Amino acid sequence: MSVLLNIDNVTKRFGSVTAVDGVSLDIRENEFFALLGASGSGKTTLLRMLAGFEMPDGGAIRLEGADISRLPPNRRPVNLMFQSYALFPHMTVEANIAYGLEMEHLPKGEIAARVGEIMAKTELSPFAKRKPDQLSGGQKQRVALARALVKRPRLLLLDEPLGALDKKLRAAMQLELKRLQHEVGITFIMVTHDQEEALVMADRIAILKDGRLVQVGTPHEVYESPASRYAADFIGLMNFIEVAGGVQAIRPERIRLFPKGAETRTEGRVTARAYHGLDLMLHVATPLSPRPLTVRVTADAADRHALAEGATVALGWNAADTRHFTD
Amino acid sequence: MLSPGLARGVVLGAVLGFLYIPIAVLVALSFNESGMATVWSGFSVKWYAALLANAEILSAAWNTLVAAVVSTVIATALGTALALGLETRVRKGRAIEALIFAPMIIPDIVLAIALLSFFSLLKVPMGLHTIILAHVVFNLAFVSAVVRARLKTFDWSVTEASSDLGAGGLTTFRRVTLPLILPAVVAGALLSFTLSVDEFIIAFFTAGAGRDSTTLPMQIFAMIRFGVTPEINALAALVMGVSVTAITLAQRLNRGVIAP
Repeated sequence: MSVLLNIDNVTKRFGSVTAVDGVSLDIRENEFFALLGASGSGKTTLLRMLAGFEMPDGGAIRLEGADISRLPPNRRPVNLMFQSYALFPHMTVEANIAYGLEMEHLPKGEIAARVGEIMAKTELSPFAKRKPDQLSGGQKQRVALARALVKRPRLLLLDEPLGALDKKLRAAMQLELKRLQHEVGITFIMVTHDQEEALVMADRIAILKDGRLVQVGTPHEVYESPASRYAADFIGLMNFIEVAGGVQAIRPERIRLFPKGAETRTEGRVTARAYHGLDLMLHVATPLSPRPLTVRVTADAADRHALAEGATVALGWNAADTRHFTD
Repeated sequence: MLSPGLARGVVLGAVLGFLYIPIAVLVALSFNESGMATVWSGFSVKWYAALLANAEILSAAWNTLVAAVVSTVIATALGTALALGLETRVRKGRAIEALIFAPMIIPDIVLAIALLSFFSLLKVPMGLHTIILAHVVFNLAFVSAVVRARLKTFDWSVTEASSDLGAGGLTTFRRVTLPLILPAVVAGALLSFTLSVDEFIIAFFTAGAGRDSTTLPMQIFAMIRFGVTPEINALAALVMGVSVTAITLAQRLNRGVIAP
């Protein structure tokens, strides 16, 4: 796949704070890319520089080879879906969506056709004449998405697109958004602090910390081969065990119960169990670390071995399932 | 002993009576057929008819209207621009804020003398245009205060969205910002119009000589030196009617501000 957007050593300072510090990234055509980080990681500042609301202090942002970092937002073939949606409260759904096309001075007939098409695609047609304050959260979110997509941008930026929705709607919209992206064939860059959302939705993920890139990779790569202790801790659940010369990290699902022939073995006592449907999370106190290890087991296995609180359990794992960090 | 509730009612009644009985009497007397304040001889609109036949009053009313409309238009445009500028551009606006509020706080008489000295220092010939300029000075402060109050709760992300969707600065103002703050802008304009219509001291000082720049309050002041006539009651009732209407409209509009 060819590179659509090249972020080249981009830096942004606010006073004495360096919000984004020498970030370089290539985003590919038709990719669903996630910028993942805690608050203050610089992910939103980076997104706002891509949209044109902030100018980088150093570096370049190239869209298909042309540096766009000095262009104002209204002259970039890039659109942003705002976290707060930023719908125009005095305009109907239809007028909100048509606004961006009117700015392109397209013929009225074409505007109406494209607005109709995108409203059908996002299931907004019945709400065309409503004002934003007459819509539910999920409907507002779809209007914000439709308003940006109708412009057919080269690149769509999404700032915490599902952040304001409740949990159930979020899960549905995660898949819905991915489906839409395939359908319209537009490159998406999403900012999120939710690692689960990034794993589910993105083709590739960039983890940011204190304005710097920690790791870039597919969800599988960042989950299975975290590049640093921070990345390992930030994505998914991870057990950390102090060992000579650093720390050993192992995922809860890689720890086996009553293992035969595992390379590392230990024994412990179950201190807590949490039910998650198909799975159980056990907290097991072991001599290996002051904090109990989290172990993920199937509900069946827990029943078979009678793993109630206080039960003694043997644990083990192989070195191939662990990661070693020296920091 | 009165119960606390009743006592409160009595006090409230006394205060409201003190405020509104004189006004009610004034309006009633303006419809009094006899020319005397002490004798009611029947309902009549003849004093209103007399007003309409009085060339001096008509000319003063016209001057007042011109001064109020022109100063309101100028103050509304400048005041709105000022409010937008202060809310978006200025980070450390405290000093500027204080400077802008000054015309609202400084006693009218001080402002009047200051403006008079200023105009004579610059040797500006005085007339209706200097009244207009003077009214712009304090109306500007009121308009910008009203508009800024609205902008405090303004969600600026809609202007960013507009720009993101391809609109330039002017288009964003015309299609997004202005429609959203319009109730506050109109409220500011109505307030400004009302203040201008019944403003006396500053107009009196900056008017210069001659009938061409005599406004209604100045006319009433001139007439009242020969005693309160029923004609003045009628005139005052009319001015009050205009002011109350404008202020009520302004309050309605400001309450109806579209939530962001």
